[in-house]
Amino acid sequence: MPLGHYLILSGLLFAIGTAGVFLRRNLITLLLSVEIMLNAVNLAFVAFGRQQGNVDGQIITFFVMTVAAAEAAVGLALVIGLFRHRESLNPEAFTSLKW
Amino acid sequence: MLALIPLLPLAGFVVNAAIGRRLSKTVSGSLATGVMALSFVISVMQVLALTGMPAESRQIVQTLYTWIASGDFTLDLTLRLDALSGVMILVVTGIGSLIHLYSTAYMHEETDPDYARYFSYLNLFCFFMLVLVLGSNFLVMFVGWEGVGLCSYLLIGFYYEKQSASDAAKKAFIVNRIGDFAFILGVLLLIVTFNSIDFTTIALAVKQMPVEATFGTLSLATLLLFIGATGKSAQLPLYTWLPDAMEGPTPVSALIHAATMVTAGVYMIGRNALLFEHAPITMGVVATVGVVTALFAGTIGLVQNDIKRVLAYSTVSQLGYMFLAMGAGAFGAGIFHLYTHAFFKACLFLGSGAVIHALHGEQDIRHMGGLKKHLPITYWTFLIASLAISGVPFLAGFFSKDEILFETFLHGYQVLWVIGAITSLLTATYMFRLVHLTFHGDERWHGVASHEAPHLHDAPWPMAAALVVLAFGSVVAGYVNIPHAWGGHTALNQWLEPAFQATNCGQPVTTGELAGMAIENCEPGEAAEAGAHTGLELGLMAVSTLIAFGGIGLATFLWLKNRHIPDRIATQYPGVYRTLLNKYYVDEMYDAAVVQPIKVVSTEGLWRGFDVKVVDGAVIGAGYLVSGVSIVLRLLQNGSVKTYAVSTFAGVVAILAYYLWR
Repeated sequence: MPLGHYLILSGLLFAIGTAGVFLRRNLITLLLSVEIMLNAVNLAFVAFGRQQGNVDGQIITFFVMTVAAAEAAVGLALVIGLFRHRESLNPEAFTSLKW
Repeated sequence: MLALIPLLPLAGFVVNAAIGRRLSKTVSGSLATGVMALSFVISVMQVLALTGMPAESRQIVQTLYTWIASGDFTLDLTLRLDALSGVMILVVTGIGSLIHLYSTAYMHEETDPDYARYFSYLNLFCFFMLVLVLGSNFLVMFVGWEGVGLCSYLLIGFYYEKQSASDAAKKAFIVNRIGDFAFILGVLLLIVTFNSIDFTTIALAVKQMPVEATFGTLSLATLLLFIGATGKSAQLPLYTWLPDAMEGPTPVSALIHAATMVTAGVYMIGRNALLFEHAPITMGVVATVGVVTALFAGTIGLVQNDIKRVLAYSTVSQLGYMFLAMGAGAFGAGIFHLYTHAFFKACLFLGSGAVIHALHGEQDIRHMGGLKKHLPITYWTFLIASLAISGVPFLAGFFSKDEILFETFLHGYQVLWVIGAITSLLTATYMFRLVHLTFHGDERWHGVASHEAPHLHDAPWPMAAALVVLAFGSVVAGYVNIPHAWGGHTALNQWLEPAFQATNCGQPVTTGELAGMAIENCEPGEAAEAGAHTGLELGLMAVSTLIAFGGIGLATFLWLKNRHIPDRIATQYPGVYRTLLNKYYVDEMYDAAVVQPIKVVSTEGLWRGFDVKVVDGAVIGAGYLVSGVSIVLRLLQNGSVKTYAVSTFAGVVAILAYYLWR
């Protein structure tokens, strides 16, 4: 399979994730969308790594997965905290941090 | 040895300034007086050494160190004593010592620290004056020139708690500054022209140059120097500080008026006699300004009621005489008058100080009178000095004033001679108005609140001693320069001649005492010429003697016998009287022409206009600009996480797009 196919898939996934972040109104869905974007990037890394014939892409992917796991843990904890505070998961409800 | 003359007063200043407040009055007073007396003794020794030298090399030079060495321009800190500066240091240290002595008694009511402060200033003043007259180039002279300005500021403002005193001090300083500015410009022009500011070098260079018929570099330079002299020596139009300088303690007035400071301008012209002689236009200006100042100040002196102010205007007037002599080319006569004037003016001021002292601060002559029998020593010394300044024959002022008028006439300034003669009449009149109103007539000081029951006491011994010595000097000082018409040799003129000409006639000299100073006729031509005018000189002498007695008689008639006449004249011509009383409104004119415009420009233009509007406007405007822009920009921070995410994304896309398609 040529590299282009991987990249197209990766791009599609990234677009789906971005659209999710921009359009959905649920913090948990937002987190999920971010995970999709991260995995789209992972796919691109692995594909490039395979094409280059080395393992760097795979190593970075592991790092990204670790960070993603940590981010998910922190993110979900924040979401629970926010929910307890406002009884809502809509990000538009949390706009008081401004001038 | 020569350096000790100025350094002794400096040492006195340092001691009194540093630890004076812990010394008793006796110690600090006698220290200050002692160093001056010692300095006088050394001056006498040095001048005597000078008389022992042949006329062609009659100078003592002491180079302390090289001050400036820049390229081919070098400047040494050099002191030089020659005939001219010899006369000056004798006047400064001699009269200065007497004034110090007098001050020890006069200032006795001050507190210890003030007393020490006073004497430290007095010593510093003499130090700077000695530097001024001993300096061998313009820069050393300028140090002294500025220094006496500073000290006059300090001393005039001695009672600085008094508003009028601190104002007068500032006025003296600022007016002097104006003159000094021109003086600096003149010196700079000389540096550019001659590449040297050593007096001798310039004089020798000038000698090779032709006399300037039209207005050229020399005329400009000398004119600038003369403007400096008008500031320091209180001539029109910069004389206004001197009458106000009366705010200082009276001995200070004596010091400023007689021995130091105001004589600086006259001395400076004498020092550069050759330079000025090569600029006849400037000489004309000098003579005219001098004689006009003399007349102008004389008329003001006629109506003033403050005893010290009358004397102040008389000083301005007498300085005018000196400048008249300088401008007429009679440098010897000018310096001669400077020297005799030092005696009688110091005596007059110290005498007026004794009067003020006895009356506990009263200075208005309308509240005096009849003091003759209460203050005999003061009266007799004051009278002698008044006779001397009026030009009564056989006293010091007669010789010097006559010399000036005679030389003026001889050099073809007949118009100026007439004005000078009129001024001479005025001098005699206002001086005897002062004498009559102060010492003769009714005792008008009874019942004036400030001294309800005065226990009048004559001057204590230090004051009396100074007065007597000065009165004695007022009598005999003139005899060093007996005119040709009297069979004399004008010894002082002969003695000074080499200093003015930067040359010497090479005659061997046999000298010793003052009287023996007469050199064989240096320039036989001039001597013969002077001799040829014996008749003229005697005639002019007779005229001025008549004038002097006329003035005294007029004053006696008006202010002693018929006091209602001057009052009636004053009421009949109120305009003239008020103009004179208000000193021709010169202060008011300066106020309107200079002070107020500067105030208005500063307040409305520089402060409210430039500072508030432009400077503050720029600073405050920058603040408003930032906050104004921020009002718009802060709308971007709306707290919505999604908006931030979109912005971040758009930014990343934009950056990537730039790199991909650039």
